[in-house]
Amino acid sequence: MKLKLGLKSRSRYTNADRTKDIFPMAPKLPIYFDHAATTPCDPRVVEAMLPYFTEQFGNPGSRNHRFGWEAEGAVDEARQRVADLIGADEKEIIFTSGATESNNLALRGAAQMYEKAPAGSKGRGHIIASTIEHKAVLDPCKRLQKEGFDVTFIEPPADGVVTAEMVKSVLREDTILVSLMWANNEIGTINEIPQIGALCRDRGIVVHTDGTQWVGKMPVAVKRDNIDLMSFSGHKIYGPKGVGGLYVRRKPRVRLVSMQDGGGQERGFRSGTLNVTGIVGLGKACEIAKAEMERDGERLLKLRRKLETQLTTQLDSCAINGHREKRLPHLTNVSFGFVEGESLMMAIKDIACSSGSACTSASLEPSYVLKGCGVGDDLAHSSLRLSLGKWTSEEQVDYAIAQIVTNVRKLRELSPLYDMHKEGIDLSKVQWAAH
Amino acid sequence: MAYGPKIIDHYENPRNVGNFGTQAEMKARPDIGVGLVGAPECGDVMQLQIKVNQRTGRIEDAKFKCFGCGSAIASSSLATEWLKGRTLDEGMEIRNQQIVEELSLPPVKIHCSVLAEDAIHKAIEDYKKKNGLPATEEAHAH
Repeated sequence: MKLKLGLKSRSRYTNADRTKDIFPMAPKLPIYFDHAATTPCDPRVVEAMLPYFTEQFGNPGSRNHRFGWEAEGAVDEARQRVADLIGADEKEIIFTSGATESNNLALRGAAQMYEKAPAGSKGRGHIIASTIEHKAVLDPCKRLQKEGFDVTFIEPPADGVVTAEMVKSVLREDTILVSLMWANNEIGTINEIPQIGALCRDRGIVVHTDGTQWVGKMPVAVKRDNIDLMSFSGHKIYGPKGVGGLYVRRKPRVRLVSMQDGGGQERGFRSGTLNVTGIVGLGKACEIAKAEMERDGERLLKLRRKLETQLTTQLDSCAINGHREKRLPHLTNVSFGFVEGESLMMAIKDIACSSGSACTSASLEPSYVLKGCGVGDDLAHSSLRLSLGKWTSEEQVDYAIAQIVTNVRKLRELSPLYDMHKEGIDLSKVQWAAH
Repeated sequence: MAYGPKIIDHYENPRNVGNFGTQAEMKARPDIGVGLVGAPECGDVMQLQIKVNQRTGRIEDAKFKCFGCGSAIASSSLATEWLKGRTLDEGMEIRNQQIVEELSLPPVKIHCSVLAEDAIHKAIEDYKKKNGLPATEEAHAH
């Protein structure tokens, strides 16, 4: 029996096709430019998952009947596909609920396994991370700090790139773990992970990287790059939400203290009945990524270049945040001086994106990532993150350029800061009333 | 953030946008009061200018400019509407809570109304100072 959910052809889902039917010039609205937050599921992924909800629904832990064997076979196949994408052995892949869980398991599991105190000290060991990690790394690190580990948070320079040299300068005799993201989720900057891997391998320090924004978009060879632990997620790579994984190196073996005990699934690292449908979806997403990511990346880089070039030439006082070259191809973070990010997002309401503005968050604090790499609070409030994806079309990019340029100009008409700027007043010298 | 219709209306059709001249020109004009509040680092800056009929003592015209979120723009736009035609004392009676109620500002945006009230008071005080009038006693604090 085949379930009919109208998922037969992939072309149905391309935005370009959809829009041409309705409007010959303008793309279908709203436009999704927030692929760093999440991606739509690839219809091929959904199709691969469907039988495992209703027909092959078995528990891979059931060893004595066909239903269990079928599910186990599907999980094994998915594990192989994930391993193939990152250059690992299938036994090195642990399935989790997503990158947050993977990060927690990697950080807490490795810290507790490798804890050591230098002679004459009461500490439990030294961990290195950076100030612009995702909260799913920062917060576990802060908890480890409370539990007696010493954590150094590297402050990246203005280009946002953490280098091996920076890591080297903070290494200590009791350093047990280095955890740095491969690519940053807000500005897309790429850290020197292979170089950092080599540095730590020589010293026997465990290296974890949060690969959430990287895996499935850019090439990974965990063995060559000397990575011990790597987190990744399904929903960032056109797979389903609620599933992800952790790469755990076997040679030389990296050990972890498990965070969740029970039936001993996933080689004891992560007990709990496997999310078979999700895992199958993640496997399919990895298989597609392996085949298509290079071509997608090249196409999106061209579109992003167009976006950036047009915005920065049509508008004054407009700056791209992060390193100009060492960045993910599909993501850009732009500050539009004298315009507040939330009001800009309201103006371009047909374009779904995010902002580093405080007004878009509950905390009323602007982006700690932008602050962390030296972007002033004023420009952090003025930033937009635009992240493109597999089905982003050139028409959509053109539409976004036109909308952003028009509305930045309109909001600048409203901005007292832009007036002052034009009058030649140095805003940093103005005595602002505190509030 | 999902906003109510009044905020959206003021945001999309802001009333009385503009100024009566440059910063330097404003300092020299006795009939204009300027209130500039907030800071770029905080993500909100409001500038409110009032033009006072020096014979009647009423606010004849008001203009604003705002760097800030949708709520900040709506609050300052509303402030200019409310100020027109009022005497200085009547202008001083505008309270942030009235702005919150009129626009149905969500709780995290109440600071925008506080900023608008500050801007109103600063503009009126600026006019009074320029014209040697006694300052109003601040009846409340926030």
